[in-house]
Amino acid sequence: MVPLHYYLVLSAILFACGVTGFLIKRNIITIFMSIELMLNAVNLSFVAFAAHWQVLSGQVFVFFVMVVAAAETAVGLAIIIAVYRTRETLNVDQVNLLKL
Amino acid sequence: MTPNFHLWLIPLLPLAGAALNGLLGRNFSKRLVAFFGLLFVAASLGVVWWVAFQFWALPQAAIPHTEVLAPWIVAGNFSAHFAFYLDQLSLVMMLVVTNVGFLIHVYSVGYMWEEGGFYRYFSYLNLFMFFMLTLVLANNYLLMFIGWEGVGLASYLLIGFFFVRDSAASAGKKAFIVNRIGDFGFLIALFLLIQHFGTLDFDRVFPAISGLPVETAGAGLLTAIGLLLLAGACGKSAQIPLYVWLPDAMEGPTPVSSLIHAATMVTAGVYMVARSNVIFDHAPDALMAVAIVGVITALFAAIIGMAQNDIKKVLAYSTVSQLGYMFLACGVGAFSAGIFHLMTHAFFKGLLFLAAGSVIHALGGEQDMRHMGGLRKEIPGTFWTMTAATFAIAGIPFFSGFFSKDEILWKSLSSPYGSRVYWAIGVFTALLTSFYMFRLWFMTFFGEYRGSGSHGYEHAGHAHHTLASAKDVLAEIVVPAEFVSTVMSNMIERNGMVVSFEERGGMTILQASVPAANMARYEEWLRQHTSARGTWSERAPGKEGKAEVLVRPLAMQHEQPGHIHESPRVMLVPMVILAILAVFGGYIGVPEALGGHNRFEHFLAPVFTTASGTLPSGSSEAVPEAAARHAELIATAVSIAMAFLGLFFAWLLYYKKRDLPDRIAAALGWLYNTVRDKFYVDEIYQAVIVTPLVKGSELVLWRGVDVAGIDATADDSAETSRSLSEKFRHMQSGNIRSYAAWVAVGAAVAIAYMIWMGVR
Repeated sequence: MVPLHYYLVLSAILFACGVTGFLIKRNIITIFMSIELMLNAVNLSFVAFAAHWQVLSGQVFVFFVMVVAAAETAVGLAIIIAVYRTRETLNVDQVNLLKL
Repeated sequence: MTPNFHLWLIPLLPLAGAALNGLLGRNFSKRLVAFFGLLFVAASLGVVWWVAFQFWALPQAAIPHTEVLAPWIVAGNFSAHFAFYLDQLSLVMMLVVTNVGFLIHVYSVGYMWEEGGFYRYFSYLNLFMFFMLTLVLANNYLLMFIGWEGVGLASYLLIGFFFVRDSAASAGKKAFIVNRIGDFGFLIALFLLIQHFGTLDFDRVFPAISGLPVETAGAGLLTAIGLLLLAGACGKSAQIPLYVWLPDAMEGPTPVSSLIHAATMVTAGVYMVARSNVIFDHAPDALMAVAIVGVITALFAAIIGMAQNDIKKVLAYSTVSQLGYMFLACGVGAFSAGIFHLMTHAFFKGLLFLAAGSVIHALGGEQDMRHMGGLRKEIPGTFWTMTAATFAIAGIPFFSGFFSKDEILWKSLSSPYGSRVYWAIGVFTALLTSFYMFRLWFMTFFGEYRGSGSHGYEHAGHAHHTLASAKDVLAEIVVPAEFVSTVMSNMIERNGMVVSFEERGGMTILQASVPAANMARYEEWLRQHTSARGTWSERAPGKEGKAEVLVRPLAMQHEQPGHIHESPRVMLVPMVILAILAVFGGYIGVPEALGGHNRFEHFLAPVFTTASGTLPSGSSEAVPEAAARHAELIATAVSIAMAFLGLFFAWLLYYKKRDLPDRIAAALGWLYNTVRDKFYVDEIYQAVIVTPLVKGSELVLWRGVDVAGIDATADDSAETSRSLSEKFRHMQSGNIRSYAAWVAVGAAVAIAYMIWMGVR
């Protein structure tokens, strides 16, 4: 059996990748993917702990997260499409109408 | 059973007059203002005489009589009430203040008739009477202090009566501030009294102190209180080192100089010392300080008085000198002699000022004695009254000043506190007094008239002039209200003097005295600055156009020089009455050695009984009666000789050989200049006290504490928070990713912290 900390280290690496991608990428799609990556890193630790402690609540939580992520993706992609239609760019730094 | 004297009426009647004239007088005619001004003082005078007549019938046991008008301060064991205290001393003071005060009120009607602010003048003068009578009648030190400060206020207001003239306003402030220094001492003395005796009532403090031992061994509490009271008295009564305000106070109208700065207010210090005789008797060191201050002031002021040329300045220094005599009397324990001289001085010095005012009035504002002379035929009434006063102050035998001054000189020699040094200085001062007074007399009334038309204008801007100079023109300037301030400031620049305002139909009518030579320039200037149209003729104001300015000479303010005129009867009558008092006023206190009974001293004796009780038993008993009498007669002969010697020198220098004074002055050189310039005391005070104070305030308090300390703290903390915000506000960039980065950093720090601290 794979020990718990392997999963946790992998989860941490994935989360760090997600954070890094979120912070350094300018393409809005990439940023979106980075967010998904962070969510799934958390999911991984959830299931890992659930398996380790032999309780189901962790796995249930993962389902909730997936549902929310799916909904978010649907809304988010719709917004991205709307933004692209009006601004003709996916670069977040150029979506700055509200800035002074 | 004591009758109800209604003492409260005495001070409050003048207060009513002050309120009436002060609040409503603006709309009264001059006649009405004068009527009310005199009425209330006369009523007060009537009450005083009524009280005086009843006082004789009062049994000794009923004196002092206290009348509580209303409770004032009651705090714990301490209480001070609006209560009045009637005894021989306050009765004498009341009689002096109301009688001389009333006469000077009458005189003022004539003297001030031509001046603006007539109602204001009488309001202030009545206010002064109120405070002075409060001071004299108070039954505790606190109420006395109210009167004390109040007369200071009235004095300030009246010195600065011609407030558009800068020198008058400054002189008023100077008087007020110098008095503050003395008042500080007075206040501390009161605090000490409260702390140690728990009361300020005369009838409780003095018995308490009588029980204490005399502080002969060394200075103690009572010496401290005595010295602090002396500081207060030095301020009010213009003694060294605080005398400097009195000569400057001559900026006020002359009747004010007469009433406040000669006859009454300045004697308040003497009254206070005499009233506190119990304290001083128990503190010989403080008493000696009083005598020393008095004798030095008497001599010093007399020396300065010899070299002054302004008629009012001579009298001012003379007043300081005579007050010194009164202090000397108090300082050797002869309080009744001091009060006696206070009374005769009120008569003759009040009269001297009134007569000087009459001279100034006659000459159209000339105050410099070098421009007078030969006036005895022109203004005989003034001459004869002034002569009476001069003889009285110089100590010519059988005039009032002779008796009182002689009494002081004798007491300064014979009193157990006295000394030959006091007497010698006092006698020498008497010589100087006689000299400078006869100098004034000869310069003013004898010889040929030295004034001429050419002098008047040269001195128009001169600070000493009370009335406008002869060449000034009283002009009426009609100007739209919005230009008043412009006109005023210009007026002051050009030596003009606004004397009254009046609003009428949107226009302001200013009455101003303007140097005649400036009239044309005024019109020109006003026309430019007020964009006025129209001719500068007799046209009525405001008829066409809204900006119309009219400068109209009303009348020459005074007749041409050379046209010297005697003062009106309203001024002469008070002078004559005072002259009678100055001549005969001394007879109520003829010393026993001269065959009198010294009724005055016996009358006042009960007030000062504690004084004589604690004196090391009187020297007159120790020395055989006849020998003392003999010594007193010799001393009297010496002072008579001094009076005539002074007269002789003045006659020689200022009548017989008129060129001699200048030659002597030239021979003395710097010595004469030093005396003429008043020993540079004002300059020394300026350099030693005022300048360091101003510079210290400016450099340390203002630029140091205020700007560099307080302001800097506030400014710097504001600047710091502003510059910090300047840096931190960049965090809020509106960039989502930078926010996310902050969150990530924060999370990382939190995790690192937890790992490092080992939180599980």
